[in-house]
Amino acid sequence: MAVSAPAADTERAGTGDQRPRPRRSGRLRTSLAFWAFVGPFLAGLMVFTLVPVVWSAYLSLFDATNTVTPLPEDFVGFGNYADMLTDRAFQDSLITFSVFAAFIVPLTFACSLGLALMLNQLRFMRAFFRSVFFLPFACSYVVASLVWKMSIFSGVRYGLMNSILDLFGIEDVAWLFSPDPPWYWLVIVSLRLWIQCGFYMILFIAALQQIPQHLYEAAYVDGAKPGRQTFWHITLPQLRATAVAVLMLILIAAYQAFDEFVNLIGNQAYARPPLAYLYYTALGTQQDLGRGSAGALILALLIAIVTLLQGRFLGFGNKEGR
Amino acid sequence: MSGMATATQVKRPAGYKPGVGTRGVRTANLVILSVLAVLFLIPFYLILRNALATDAEITAPEWMWFPSSPSWENLPNLFNDPAVPMLRSLLNSAIVAVATTVGTLFLCTTAGYGLARIPYRHADKVFYLVLATLMIPGAVTFVPSFVMVSSLGWISDFRGLIIPTLFNGFVAFLCRQYFLGFPKELEEAARVDGLGYWGSFWRIVVPNSGNFLAAIAVITFVGAWNSFLWPLVIGRSPESWTVQVALSTFLTAQTVSLSQLFMAALVAILPLVFVFLFLQRFLVQGVAQTGLKG
Repeated sequence: MAVSAPAADTERAGTGDQRPRPRRSGRLRTSLAFWAFVGPFLAGLMVFTLVPVVWSAYLSLFDATNTVTPLPEDFVGFGNYADMLTDRAFQDSLITFSVFAAFIVPLTFACSLGLALMLNQLRFMRAFFRSVFFLPFACSYVVASLVWKMSIFSGVRYGLMNSILDLFGIEDVAWLFSPDPPWYWLVIVSLRLWIQCGFYMILFIAALQQIPQHLYEAAYVDGAKPGRQTFWHITLPQLRATAVAVLMLILIAAYQAFDEFVNLIGNQAYARPPLAYLYYTALGTQQDLGRGSAGALILALLIAIVTLLQGRFLGFGNKEGR
Repeated sequence: MSGMATATQVKRPAGYKPGVGTRGVRTANLVILSVLAVLFLIPFYLILRNALATDAEITAPEWMWFPSSPSWENLPNLFNDPAVPMLRSLLNSAIVAVATTVGTLFLCTTAGYGLARIPYRHADKVFYLVLATLMIPGAVTFVPSFVMVSSLGWISDFRGLIIPTLFNGFVAFLCRQYFLGFPKELEEAARVDGLGYWGSFWRIVVPNSGNFLAAIAVITFVGAWNSFLWPLVIGRSPESWTVQVALSTFLTAQTVSLSQLFMAALVAILPLVFVFLFLQRFLVQGVAQTGLKG
């Protein structure tokens, strides 16, 4: 309230109304206008995000198999939570996610930044290269999985990778279906890298072009060496806000990993991220919505904790840093 | 980019501008980028090659660069196969993607504008509420949302496919950030001319935000067209499959031939590839304005 009241006053002043406090009808009109703009969105957000989460929290306390309105006698307290937390398959899915994130987050970050820096140094053909690297973003994970599984990393000998290995006289590799050695990570990580890099590259290019030119000129006058020195002391610090935002986006996207795992590998225990496990638990043949809800809430809590820690660590939301 | 090129004319040593490296650096960049560009295009090449080949050509032990006589009949064969609901799923995807884009754009831009510009007393509280829902990643809520949608009776229904995805907190957040940076003077001039919030939003703000809105629209459209998890959860009957669900089913059930599979993939990506090629310029400028630049 204290924050918005002065804002309301300047707004008034702009319209020529000099009174320090808005009239009652003016304030009512402002409220009405606000709700006309924000109301429909907010109502939908409540109905399709908050209410389901609360409902799901309720379901997670029941033995709710194949039903969304469990009977009172099916109340199991925190049984579903204990179940999920001690469930070997759920723990494995969290490990799968951690390995995946450990690969994909730094790789996507480095590749998209690298591409942006290289593009930015070009004098011509920039638009061409930008289009080429951005184009995979138009491809869905399903289509990419199809190409990766049936053509590039096809385990039989006509696959592209096996054809190349054949040139060097190396035996065919069953890329996706040999947990040991875990070649499937190469398939999964390269696929996501291909789709994502271009998008984050665009964000970095936009940020690079915002860096004021005089910083580089001042550095030159001060005798800084072009290349490494200007990169570490000017370019990188100037990219900080974008870099933090990109890291967050890559991590959030990694939590949602589902499409490529399911389409490439299916319901295999050795590479099943949490969302895939929840999908098969809650919506598979058993429709165990109680345990599925408990798992979803555990996951949401984990994500919230990691996001907050990351925010603290990287100083996200720190106004001075932005 | 062009603005930068004119700025170069001032005497300045090589290597100090993005855009001007030493000759050696530039050549090395060009070589590396060209190699990477070829690698990035390989999957597209494979889709096209396999879509126009016969199964025997795809599975031949000798590597084939391109079929000597492209099998164009794969295309009509795909659409005439009664076992494959390709046309129906394309139509479903088009309806879902268009409706999602229009709906999201309307709801999120109005909400973002209201949050950014209307001095309502509790506006900041409402904004924190929206921020809080951003902390819940959309995909984690699919179990609870499925519960909600199934109790509404919207399973295998366009309402279930579209409506729950419209209230995108992230897009609303981007819109708010963008409108905060919209020049206030323009709106004040409109206010003096007697326009209310609604009028100045539609007549002043929207017409002057073309790039930004185009970027948001394209990203939403691409997201909706390529979305897989939610349509998989909701589209239980084959009549309600989107093209991604249909492709995934063909892929895992292996009910169609290899060449048909790739022809289906080609048909599924063509609309978006065209959208990208033609709207890329707006998209790049728009993304730069989405407030992510910091």
